[in-house]
Amino acid sequence: MFNFIFSHKREVLALTGEHLWLVGVSMLLAIAIGVPLGILLTRRPRYRGVVLGGSNIVQTIPSLALFGLLLPLPWLGARADRLAILALMLYALLPIIQNTFVGITGVDPPVREAAAAMGMTSRQILWHVELPLASGVIVAGIRVATVICVGLATIAAAIGAGGLGEFIFRGLSMVDNRVILAGAVPAAIMALAADQLLGLAQRLLTRKRH
Amino acid sequence: MTDPPAIEFAHVQYRTTGNRILLNDLSLSVQRGEILMLLGASGSGKTTTLKLINGLLQASEGQITIDGKPLQDWDLIRLRRHIGYAIQEVGLFPHYTVRDNAALVPRLENWPPQKLKARVDEVLHMVGLPPQEFAARYPNELSGGQRQRVGLARALAADPPILLMDEPFGALDPITRVALQREFKQLQQRLNKTVVFVTHDVGEALLLGDRIALMESGRLSGVFAPRDFLESSDPAVKPYVEAFRAMQQVFD
Ligand SMILES: Nc1ncnc2c1ncn2[C@@H]1O[C@H](COP(=O)(O)OP(=O)(O)OP(=O)(O)O)[C@@H](O)[C@H]1O
Ligand SMILES: [Mg+2]
Repeated sequence: MFNFIFSHKREVLALTGEHLWLVGVSMLLAIAIGVPLGILLTRRPRYRGVVLGGSNIVQTIPSLALFGLLLPLPWLGARADRLAILALMLYALLPIIQNTFVGITGVDPPVREAAAAMGMTSRQILWHVELPLASGVIVAGIRVATVICVGLATIAAAIGAGGLGEFIFRGLSMVDNRVILAGAVPAAIMALAADQLLGLAQRLLTRKRH
Repeated sequence: MTDPPAIEFAHVQYRTTGNRILLNDLSLSVQRGEILMLLGASGSGKTTTLKLINGLLQASEGQITIDGKPLQDWDLIRLRRHIGYAIQEVGLFPHYTVRDNAALVPRLENWPPQKLKARVDEVLHMVGLPPQEFAARYPNELSGGQRQRVGLARALAADPPILLMDEPFGALDPITRVALQREFKQLQQRLNKTVVFVTHDVGEALLLGDRIALMESGRLSGVFAPRDFLESSDPAVKPYVEAFRAMQQVFD
């Protein structure tokens, strides 16, 4: 297997790069959309059912089916990587929205009440109290979503979006385990690295209070 | 015309969203510079009364007036920075140091750094938490009584003209409590703030209060001068006085 990886170094690197790009862009989008949505849900609880329910349904759609379902979309369907990014982002949304919501609503009520009682505006409470105190839980959600995304992104190769899945699908059709592993091992390492890195961030954010 | 009272309640009722009446027909006024003690059993509505004063809760009926201005005409943010509040559950920010917790309101009010630091040092000394030892700690590195005193420092820091104090000395050992009560009394003679002070402790009410308001299941049973309180034949007051006397006899 390592021989195969070494002899295909360039391709392994290129596909790893693509994989990182797919995961990175979809995670950034998922954070940019998921965190504000989670905050919105704490302010407008009546949307809670719709948003959490909706993103929950997305989670239950098998990934291959979701890629297929999105295919007819106009601008997005035209390019496989756009499509893959959209699908990955949809999968990443639920843990991020949910953890943002849970993190903020989990702030100790007397702390929130004290903040209001001291004359903080609701914007100040959000930035100086709720988000910092929820940050550990939010990062935990991002961590789960990232690990899921790294795994799911291998399936993006099925619609031609590239990434380490290329090796896996090629290996499957060639019935060659070395080729499958050349995709699976770097993907696993990437998932572990992301997990460790975000775990560290999580610990740093919560270190001073338990 | 004389000064309007600092705080005035006229026939105030407070109902929860579930329509439970927590306070009923409460009429009360607190003069500027006065210390009003709110005494009453657990669940009688003392904390609810304080929360109505700074707008954390809105009266369902009746009128509350602060410094002559109806509560609904106040900008709530301005009102709350004008009122120091030592909360019963304290509610310190766990991600802020003691110094940052105490500095909260002056910082919201954009005090210059020099003045802010001097003031925070001063209030921390005042509550018996020397800054060199405590300022850099986080709330989870303090005892319950120390946390309570940081809450007190936070309430005092911006030097607000009105103070709401919800059992501020409740979690303290008797020695620290007496020291802080004494400090509070001296401070009050100098600074002349308007204070609404919740307590369970008859001794504390008699020691610190200009007047004592007795609450019983969401109603005001009466308002007494400390001297009258001990002599009162009011059936609501009697159990408190008897308990207080019994306590004294133990020591005699
Ligand atoms: N949000 C709420 N919904 C319903 N009931 C409430 C709510 N908050 C408080 N209560 C009830 O209102 C009553 C008065 O509560 P409050 O906190 O004012 O009492 P308190 O006099 O401060 O008591 P303590 O001395 O124990 O602090 C209590 O019976 C309490 O159970
Ligand atoms: Mg109370």
